[in-house]
Amino acid sequence: MASVASHRWVGNRVLMTLLVAAVASVGLLPFASLSPNRLASGQSVMLWQALASWQLAALALIGMALLIAALAKPMDPRASQWLALAATLPLLALDFYGLGDYAHRALVDASPAARVSQGATFWILLLVSALIAIDALQRLRLGLIQRALYGALALAVIGICFSGELLAPLSIMREFANQEENFVDQLIRHLLLVGGALLPALLIGLPLGLLANRRARLRNGLFSVLNVFQTLPSIAVFGLLIAPLSALGRAAPWLGELGVSGIGVAPAIIALVLYSLLPIVRNTYSGLAGVSSGALEAARGMGMTPRQILWQVEIPLALPVILSGLRIVTVQAIGLVVVAALIGAGGFGAFIFQGLGQYAIDLVLLGAIPTIVLAVIADFVLQILVSLSRPSGTR
Amino acid sequence: MNGAIHGARRLRAASAGNGVLGVLIVLLIGLTLGMGQLEPLFRALFPDLGNPLYARDSFLNLMLAHIGLVLMSSLISVTIGVAAGLFVTRPVGREFEPMVSSLAAIGQTFPPAAVLAIAVPLAGFGFAPTIIALSLYGLLPVIQNTIAGLGTVPRTTLEAARGNGMNRWQILRRVELPLAMPVIIAGIRISVIVNIGTATIGSTVGAKSLGTPLIAGLVGNNLAYVIQGALLVGLLAIVTDLLFERLERRYSFGG
Repeated sequence: MASVASHRWVGNRVLMTLLVAAVASVGLLPFASLSPNRLASGQSVMLWQALASWQLAALALIGMALLIAALAKPMDPRASQWLALAATLPLLALDFYGLGDYAHRALVDASPAARVSQGATFWILLLVSALIAIDALQRLRLGLIQRALYGALALAVIGICFSGELLAPLSIMREFANQEENFVDQLIRHLLLVGGALLPALLIGLPLGLLANRRARLRNGLFSVLNVFQTLPSIAVFGLLIAPLSALGRAAPWLGELGVSGIGVAPAIIALVLYSLLPIVRNTYSGLAGVSSGALEAARGMGMTPRQILWQVEIPLALPVILSGLRIVTVQAIGLVVVAALIGAGGFGAFIFQGLGQYAIDLVLLGAIPTIVLAVIADFVLQILVSLSRPSGTR
Repeated sequence: MNGAIHGARRLRAASAGNGVLGVLIVLLIGLTLGMGQLEPLFRALFPDLGNPLYARDSFLNLMLAHIGLVLMSSLISVTIGVAAGLFVTRPVGREFEPMVSSLAAIGQTFPPAAVLAIAVPLAGFGFAPTIIALSLYGLLPVIQNTIAGLGTVPRTTLEAARGNGMNRWQILRRVELPLAMPVIIAGIRISVIVNIGTATIGSTVGAKSLGTPLIAGLVGNNLAYVIQGALLVGLLAIVTDLLFERLERRYSFGG
């Protein structure tokens, strides 16, 4: 019974596993790569070659702290979890600082075309810090507010790393500097497309959900039609909308002047609305269906009219479920807008596909990473909204 | 009485579903093999196009390549996903369950297209990054539903099985897995449907799929190519989804 024996030494096997993974990555995978120009593939640089000696010492110290937190003996579990949580912040800072500092030193006497980019170990250390934090937050059973506080602290650490000139020599940040204006434009465009699709989707989906709740016979048909859209690959829907929309734009020139044409924003918004309907309708329906008959009877007994019951009883009680639908749809729309770049709608997907076309990896990452960050942040914010919308006492 | 009527209606709905599925399968196979016969139609619809039929590869080849991508990545996702789900629900791995669950939840907020793009610097262009992205992304719903499905097995059922003298392996194989099967299959269904969509975009990183004519049409402004690719991949997704619906129903009836 190896697991029982190891239990005596290891207090937190999850943390221990993550530590072993991090050490293996440091030993086997490159931390950064140095290449002569933008398109050439780089030469690998391991962590111990990249970091200055004081940084290596700091990293060893953090590693020791995490090891102690993972062991059963010297500290009690709660103190260990706080130690692990606290250790993730300097780990995060060191990961970024070490990379930026290395880039500065490596590029001092290199040609101006030379580039430094991040390697696998950089990403793995980032991931390991995030996972250690998640594990510690779960074990400490901290509430949503404290989690958000930790998240803000971690974001602040990353924000400080990005604020100065520290990361400027990195290849991806140079790409960003080249594209800065364009980047802001595409960010705004991405958000506008998401918002422009969610608003009509809510305006159509909420009444449809109410209808599904009131008219049982409509429900199955409605759900199977909407399910078909969820099943179809997004790019196929975008593609199939092009021909009818461009025909429409030609047939009715005033529509064309409004921007309705085969490519660009119009098919993107229409497709996004179609995709968003099912989760909104389904969650509105099940939110309303979940309102207890006792609450409805009490409202009726108090002499409320059906309209008052809907607005003052049913909708407030169904709100958490409806908002979870909005959460699904928002995250999904942020991802689908990426694909919409293929039909010329813009957004971060434009960087991704332009980068893939030019074999420019940094441009690809400049599109992909902000999209992921956007999706994760939207998910977290809406999660907080969902929990705030729950009646107090059940949070 | 009421139940009988209900049952009859359900039966009729199921046989109507059979009809729809049959028609769609015939359409899928017919269009895959016989898209060439429709050339006059596309020529009439798009008189301005010099080449209204995608001819750089046969649609059968593209369909098989697409199905191959999805099958291979789904095989990897299901194997690893179910194994991971089983591991974290056994006493040995229970400590990892919260971590694995939240990883699966957070991972699914990542847009599939962005995951595909990030796989390129790790694995280069072509088949490999597509398989990696598809398997990684497809893993998450399988893990999530395996954990959820095994969690729905009532404690009393497990105790009854133990009381009958079943050992742990027998309980898993004869009680837990059959009861969890509908939920696990629902997870595999989500994973496969998402992967059919993502494999379509795989052609932008150099993997051959039904997205190849679609993307070529978008880039080269050839709407006929776009429609040919979109029609086939859309049909493939719907047919697959309906087949999974059937599978789910069979397992929930049997269980």
